[in-house]
Amino acid sequence: MPQSQGIHAVVCIKQVPDATEVRIDPKTNTLIREGIPSIVNPYDLHAVEAAVQLRERFGGRVTVISMGPPQAAEALQKCIAQGADEAILLTDRAFAGADTLATSYVLAQAIHKLNQERPVDLVFTGKQAIDGDTAQVGPGIAARLGIPVLTYVCGIRSFSLEERNIVVERLLEEGREVVRARLPALLTVSKELNEPRYASLPSLIRAARYQVKIWTKDDIAADPNQIGLKGSPTVVGRIFSPPERQAGPRLAGPAPEVARKLVEQLRSRGIIAMGA
Amino acid sequence: MPEKFDVIVVGAGPAGITAAYCLAREGLKVILIERGEQPGTKNVMGGVLYRQMLDEIIPGFWKQAPLERHVIDQQWWVLSEDSALKVGQRTAVHDREPYNAFTVLRAKFDRWYAAQAVKQGALLITETVVTRLLRDTSGRVIGVETDRPDGQLLANAVIVSEGANTLVLEASGLRARPRADTMAVAVKEVISLPREVIENRFQLQGDQGAVIEFFGDSTLGMVGNAFIYTNRESLSVGLGAMISDFQRRRVRPHELLERFKQHPVVAPLVAGGEPKEYMAHMIPEGGYEAMPPLYGDGFLVCGDAAGMVIAVHREGSNLAITSGRLAAETVVEAARAGDFSARRLAAYREKLQASYVLQDLRQYRHTTPVIEKIPQFLGVYPSLVNRALQEFLTVDGVPKKVKEKKILRMILKERPVTALIGDAWRAWRAFI
Ligand SMILES: Cc1cc2nc3c(=O)[nH]c(=O)nc-3n(C[C@H](O)[C@H](O)[C@H](O)COP(=O)(O)OP(=O)(O)OC[C@H]3O[C@@H](n4cnc5c(N)ncnc54)[C@H](O)[C@@H]3O)c2cc1C
Repeated sequence: MPQSQGIHAVVCIKQVPDATEVRIDPKTNTLIREGIPSIVNPYDLHAVEAAVQLRERFGGRVTVISMGPPQAAEALQKCIAQGADEAILLTDRAFAGADTLATSYVLAQAIHKLNQERPVDLVFTGKQAIDGDTAQVGPGIAARLGIPVLTYVCGIRSFSLEERNIVVERLLEEGREVVRARLPALLTVSKELNEPRYASLPSLIRAARYQVKIWTKDDIAADPNQIGLKGSPTVVGRIFSPPERQAGPRLAGPAPEVARKLVEQLRSRGIIAMGA
Repeated sequence: MPEKFDVIVVGAGPAGITAAYCLAREGLKVILIERGEQPGTKNVMGGVLYRQMLDEIIPGFWKQAPLERHVIDQQWWVLSEDSALKVGQRTAVHDREPYNAFTVLRAKFDRWYAAQAVKQGALLITETVVTRLLRDTSGRVIGVETDRPDGQLLANAVIVSEGANTLVLEASGLRARPRADTMAVAVKEVISLPREVIENRFQLQGDQGAVIEFFGDSTLGMVGNAFIYTNRESLSVGLGAMISDFQRRRVRPHELLERFKQHPVVAPLVAGGEPKEYMAHMIPEGGYEAMPPLYGDGFLVCGDAAGMVIAVHREGSNLAITSGRLAAETVVEAARAGDFSARRLAAYREKLQASYVLQDLRQYRHTTPVIEKIPQFLGVYPSLVNRALQEFLTVDGVPKKVKEKKILRMILKERPVTALIGDAWRAWRAFI
């Protein structure tokens, strides 16, 4: 009975440079990554939280995976502290230089393998990574796995392992959309979905002791033509800092005078109208 | 039931990391708890790291650790409002391996050092604040409480190495809040400059480094000093003085730092730099007389938390490292005997006494109080010597005899002969 085993959720996470500290080298127009602390992509922490909450209700297992350099193991360990059960790092020199297409291929291959060990009910990703902002990897994985994709999820209304479906709210520009999908499905989540927990001390200790599992290209039977630079058709034409915006006009002086000037200017531009 | 460890170490600074490293190396089950995001992120040290103490623990550490420059040039500048009297030494001896001292940026260094402790088997937990020590009904320390859910842990011994701000010791009733006249506050900026600029400005080659300590006008004569240390591609620029002095003089540390950077002889050293980081921190400068209890049933105190700083020599991290090592040795012996009582842990104090740590702290026990009681040391003399020198070096057709008399009159006007002798005597007493 699948029910007694609970859920198997896989969460794809990415280690990113802390955006609050990123700068662009004016000479080379590339990101200065040196010395900048790495964090788990903030949206991904909400994805881990969602998966862990479901596991707490239904039992089962949460597996976090990430494709990245060896130091990305740190980010996976952080997810263990947040309550995930297992963590796997997909790391191989042959993966280097991957764009979103090649990345989604590698992650999909890994999920495929996990699915053989134990059927996967839900795959989670953050809505986008804060370093690239493409929001393509989640949908890319879903397309390769041939499962429904629910993007910008801001709420989970219901989830049923027996009926094998999930009802979610999606955050759209014009409002919220409620949709149902059959399992297995892939969700990309937004920050509104939940509040990542303040990890307990026993979880932190478990994470500090946890050895992240390493999978290479051979472990996931990767097609050499679909990984790394070879599998990445994206070409970056140019990266540049947008020109700095000019500061607006400033009004100085005593408050009543400034207020009067402001009202005058707003009125003369037709932004506000005043009755007699 | 909370998990039990052999030893819990509170705070991953040089003291705590050293203790955890040495304990794990002996096979004890150790957990090191740090409130910062990473070890070092909360640290402010200038700083100059002396090699010897850490080399005893990790031989040749300086070949792998992220250090900035090895110090070959040390200077002391006595500042008046517009001049500086410079004393210093540049020595080829300190340019040779294994070197004497290094400048470090603690964020990088502590992180590396903690990783070495983890390699030895210590468990490192970050972003977790220890809130107090757990004690049984007899008062014996049996573990810690943290701010995390399910946040208690038990241990045979707790090593408290929480640094200058001893909130854990205070919350656990093991010491009172330190007085404002035993605490200095220091502010520091890391100012980035291109490597070549630093090397030209301070006449350095490769990884050679220079450090300058400033006295007098840099702290408006308050007890304390300012400093500039060269890193690879930045300068550590800061100053500190007693909290009670700041209160009395009603100046803010960061305003004083801005003023210092604009001093006519200092400004060219920092010109063109871009401030990258700004930090503030306390330094316990009460010395020997202000130290809390160093041990008790089930606990030991190391480093800044124990007040182990010798301000006049800017030594702190080395005392922290040595005390961490000696605390670990004591706990290893206690573990073998299966006895963690205060009587057994008293061996820690004996070890400290047999080392330079307590010997030096004892020797300098009068320094800060004396300097504090005689404001002319850092208030009057710096401007006096600079004025005297200025007069002496100015060639203006006045005969030398007349000049000498004028200088003497100037000095005696500020300090009569008897006061000069008294000051000299007290200065001698303070340091010897
Ligand atoms: C501006 C400045 C310049 C200095 N320059 C020098 C120098 O050039 N050379 C030198 O040798 N010394 C220098 N010192 C002194 C030196 O920094 C200290 O002596 C040294 O850092 C002491 O090490 P420690 O391990 O005892 O404490 P710290 O280095 O302060 O480490 C304590 C650690 O404990 C953590 N912590 C605190 N409370 C808790 C808690 N409740 N729970 C969990 N973690 C906690 C802190 O985050 C911190 O990481 C300087 C100090 C300052 C402020």
